[in-house]
Amino acid sequence: MVLGPPTDVRDRLVTELVVFGYRPLVPEAGAIDPNRDDRPSVALLVTDHGDDPSATLEAIATDELHGVPVVWVLPEKGFDLLRGAEHLCDEFVEAPYDAEELYARLRLLRRRTGREGPDVIRRGPIALNTATYQATLQERPLDLTYMEYELLKLFVEHPARVFTREAILSRVWRYDYYGGLRTVDVHVRRLRAKLGRDHAGVVETVRGVGYRLARDL
Amino acid sequence: MPAVDEREFVLRTTEERGIGFVRLWFTDVLGFLKSFAIPAEELDLALDEGVGFDGSAVAGFARVQESDMVARPDPRTFQILPWRPDAPGVARMYCDIYRPDGAPFEGDPRGVLRRVIERVSALGYTGYAGPELEFFLFKDATAPEPLDDGTYFDLTPLDLGSDFRRSVIAYCERMGIPVKDSHHEVAPSQQGVDLRHTDALTMADSIMSFRLVVKEVAREHGIYATFMPKPIQGAWGSGMHTHLSLFEGERNAFFDATDGYFLSKTGRAFIAGLLHHAAGITAITNQWVNSYKRLVPGYEAPVHVGWGVRNRAALVRVPLTKPGKESSCRVEYRAPDPACNPYLAFAVILAAGLDGIERELVLGPEVTDDVHEMTDAQRRAAGIASLPETLPEALAAMEDSELVHEVLGEHLVEWFLANKRAEWLEHRSYVTGLELERGLSKL
Repeated sequence: MVLGPPTDVRDRLVTELVVFGYRPLVPEAGAIDPNRDDRPSVALLVTDHGDDPSATLEAIATDELHGVPVVWVLPEKGFDLLRGAEHLCDEFVEAPYDAEELYARLRLLRRRTGREGPDVIRRGPIALNTATYQATLQERPLDLTYMEYELLKLFVEHPARVFTREAILSRVWRYDYYGGLRTVDVHVRRLRAKLGRDHAGVVETVRGVGYRLARDL
Repeated sequence: MPAVDEREFVLRTTEERGIGFVRLWFTDVLGFLKSFAIPAEELDLALDEGVGFDGSAVAGFARVQESDMVARPDPRTFQILPWRPDAPGVARMYCDIYRPDGAPFEGDPRGVLRRVIERVSALGYTGYAGPELEFFLFKDATAPEPLDDGTYFDLTPLDLGSDFRRSVIAYCERMGIPVKDSHHEVAPSQQGVDLRHTDALTMADSIMSFRLVVKEVAREHGIYATFMPKPIQGAWGSGMHTHLSLFEGERNAFFDATDGYFLSKTGRAFIAGLLHHAAGITAITNQWVNSYKRLVPGYEAPVHVGWGVRNRAALVRVPLTKPGKESSCRVEYRAPDPACNPYLAFAVILAAGLDGIERELVLGPEVTDDVHEMTDAQRRAAGIASLPETLPEALAAMEDSELVHEVLGEHLVEWFLANKRAEWLEHRSYVTGLELERGLSKL
């Protein structure tokens, strides 16, 4: 997906992506609301000097697109824009960039974020297909319930991040839950039971904070 | 948005995993699992509109003239069943029962528990339950013939149950039911499985699944499993001791570091409520004639209404909280047996404790002497009441209990009393083997 104002840089980027075999989506300005089937494998954000992309970047991080890796396409001599905003993206290029370099960066990003195709995320023994909602452990299907699947997806999409129970509730349950914060513990326990004794540690407890995906997967 | 996602998740998973049929599960008033299967193609419609069925054939559901019911599957309970062949696989969903006009059906046990849970959360609490389920393995369903002579925690080749328990745990884990511990229980052929606590509704669902898993695994092993409370004359019975706790957000509402028992005022009032309503709710937690053959002295089953820390004959036990383990502070209600309806049992237990909190009931002193050793007069002096000794006594106490009427509603109370009194009438007029053995040669 390509985001940003309709500039020459953006139009050239779209053409390049098509050449590399991507199917770029270009939503109207401000309308980041792709339906599920079109969940992109990567979001490229094009900005010019004077644009403030932080609102868009934050929307990506929290909205339907959370977990989609972000590549920030900076304008010429625009490196300064990155200052203080580095955490909002996973990769960047600065114009004028070389098309081959962008392609290489996208390949490396895909490897680093564990995305095998637009829909499959893999971490160690776990693979999630976000289009078919199927989860596998060492290629064997895991028969998860909806909430267990969403919980595992949250961890797998953000491998380095520790989530507090509050954060998990607001991102996975969003509304409509019995049981307050302990609901999270109960579902983590159910998920661990399904992962089995050998892989229960895939979801790690961070004492006094919350949970995260195990770092040594 | 999430509602759409759940529906989508269920539909996509059904397609991806080649699920041929989805079983819709609900529970009758006595706690028997009811199920009907719909083909995967019907799932879409079932999720949107529910599935109509004839409630007149379900125990306690409706009189014949108002028998139309609608089962609405809860997509969050969609689970592929681990013991069915992979292709075409079978999945299940628990259902809530509604009337055709869209009103919740008051006789639906899951709905009864849901309503109590809503009251619990209106007070700012969440109720957690963790049961210890006991059951027996026999050669078949015709006679209580044990498979082994093992006893508590035994691990010997005699214990044919250990393979069995391994399979049960594996199935439970694949269904997302975390098992805390499993072991051989005191009586020959008796097994015990402790489930890790969850919120009360999830746990009631899990108990229904668990009982089915146990019966299913037994069938695979060519043996028979029973949750009958007292199947063997003279041996320990099967209980379902239930650990309960209330949380206010992250905080365990039962815990108070300054109290000698580490019990907060809320915890004490909850126990006082349980003790106050114990007699009235016993017909629900122990609903069979046979249940009362377990509630007798000498087998660590509760007989008297009291609480204690170490006393295993106490009706309510307070396991001492270890320092730094505030979250595990809980009370254990020891009356229920595993042949109860877990939805109704958790509903009346939680409501009893809640009533104690709302009315700020004061908890009496701990029962330290072995209450069984005391004379009736001593017990009266100490203010220790007895649990009902028989089903009809329990039914009378239930009929007098405003709390039970309020929690279950008139429809359920009326049906339950009629059904259970009919059961008692049958037993009352039955001439037993013991009477013949003792009487025939002398009288």
